[in-house]
Amino acid sequence: MDTLRSLIIILMSSVLVNNYVLNRFLGICPFLGVSRKLSSATGMGVAVTFVMLVATLVTWPIQYFVLNTLGLGYLQTIVFILVIAALVQFIEILLKRFIPSLHAGLGVYLPLITTNCAVLGVTINNITDGYTFLESVVSSLGCGLGFLLAMVLFSGVRARIDNSDAPPAFRGMPVTLIAASIVSMAFFGFAGIVDALFA
Amino acid sequence: MKKDGNLAILLRGLIAENPVFVLILGTCPSLATTTTVIGALSMGLAAMAVLICSNAVISLLRRIIPDTVRIPCYIVIIAGFVTLVQMVMHAYLPALYEMLGVYLALITVNCIILGRAEMFASKNPVGKAILDGIGMGLGFTLALLSMGTVREVLGSGSFAGFAIPFLSEHTVDFFAKAPGGFMVFGIMIAVVNAVSHGKAPKKKSFSCEGCPSLGLCHGESVCAEQAEKEAK
Repeated sequence: MDTLRSLIIILMSSVLVNNYVLNRFLGICPFLGVSRKLSSATGMGVAVTFVMLVATLVTWPIQYFVLNTLGLGYLQTIVFILVIAALVQFIEILLKRFIPSLHAGLGVYLPLITTNCAVLGVTINNITDGYTFLESVVSSLGCGLGFLLAMVLFSGVRARIDNSDAPPAFRGMPVTLIAASIVSMAFFGFAGIVDALFA
Repeated sequence: MKKDGNLAILLRGLIAENPVFVLILGTCPSLATTTTVIGALSMGLAAMAVLICSNAVISLLRRIIPDTVRIPCYIVIIAGFVTLVQMVMHAYLPALYEMLGVYLALITVNCIILGRAEMFASKNPVGKAILDGIGMGLGFTLALLSMGTVREVLGSGSFAGFAIPFLSEHTVDFFAKAPGGFMVFGIMIAVVNAVSHGKAPKKKSFSCEGCPSLGLCHGESVCAEQAEKEAK
């Protein structure tokens, strides 16, 4: 029961309170780049969630059973980024071969995820936070869902911004960032929600 | 000043092609590590060290690395230097190492470094690549430092840890938190836009194709639309 509770707390806090995009500034590039349309925002969000999950499933055992056992902890960064890059390629090939319909939906976003700092960030954070395997998986799922949530919400905000009459210097990126600031402020409203729910 | 003279290569990263404010690359560390001046400065210098080294090595290896696997090769080289910087900082500057945390490792996936590798270092001799690394690195540091200054002075009422009279008693917590980061970044870009009105080069023309995330970093819908076209 305690495990379940701690898992739910990890899930909730990584989706809402410590949202990767809006609170920890990871994965800002796709957040600003692909959020203009709801369809692409959703596609990117789902693809990132998927890759985060699979990457954690692979990197956690590598860290604990290979790197730590052999005393190669300092190779973490290199190994993780290579594993993620290879994994993304592998997933793309598998999807193309076996689930073409899913590949048509997600395939185009996959190559772009290799250098997404949220994916590398979540795998490294899971290790530094000392999560168990199950906790790591749940935390990755939560981070991915949080990313998806932020993308979908922000694509709605952006549809409005594109029609707004901003001062010339603010057009484009600046006004988008200021809107992101307000969305991020809204997420601050969730601070303390986890403690309050499970107190 | 010649367009591709050595001085021009060194200086353009500072303002005209500032990687953060003009090219909008490397947004994650620019937002995450700029709550304090010290954090911003050390992030800038760490990224600059990696950028100079990776530019030099990639430029030296530019005839050896096969074209088809160049991106993974670049990533390995960059990750190697990031690990070096991590180890050096862990040994000699443990407090900073703790402060930067995961963002130090994330220099690996910083678009600026991979973008410069692809766009410049892989096509130019080693001397120019190093100059480009220094210029872009300084531009990155400068941008981070200016954001860090605004956020620390307003958010914590201090500069590089030294309290400023009056301001330290009237801090605006907003600037030290995540929303303040987005806001300051947006306003900074707007200021650069206003100052360099019309002169700033189109960012797509020289960095989009270089970024391995295909310009996802640029806030342009071009790539997303392209991606969708390819899907059909």
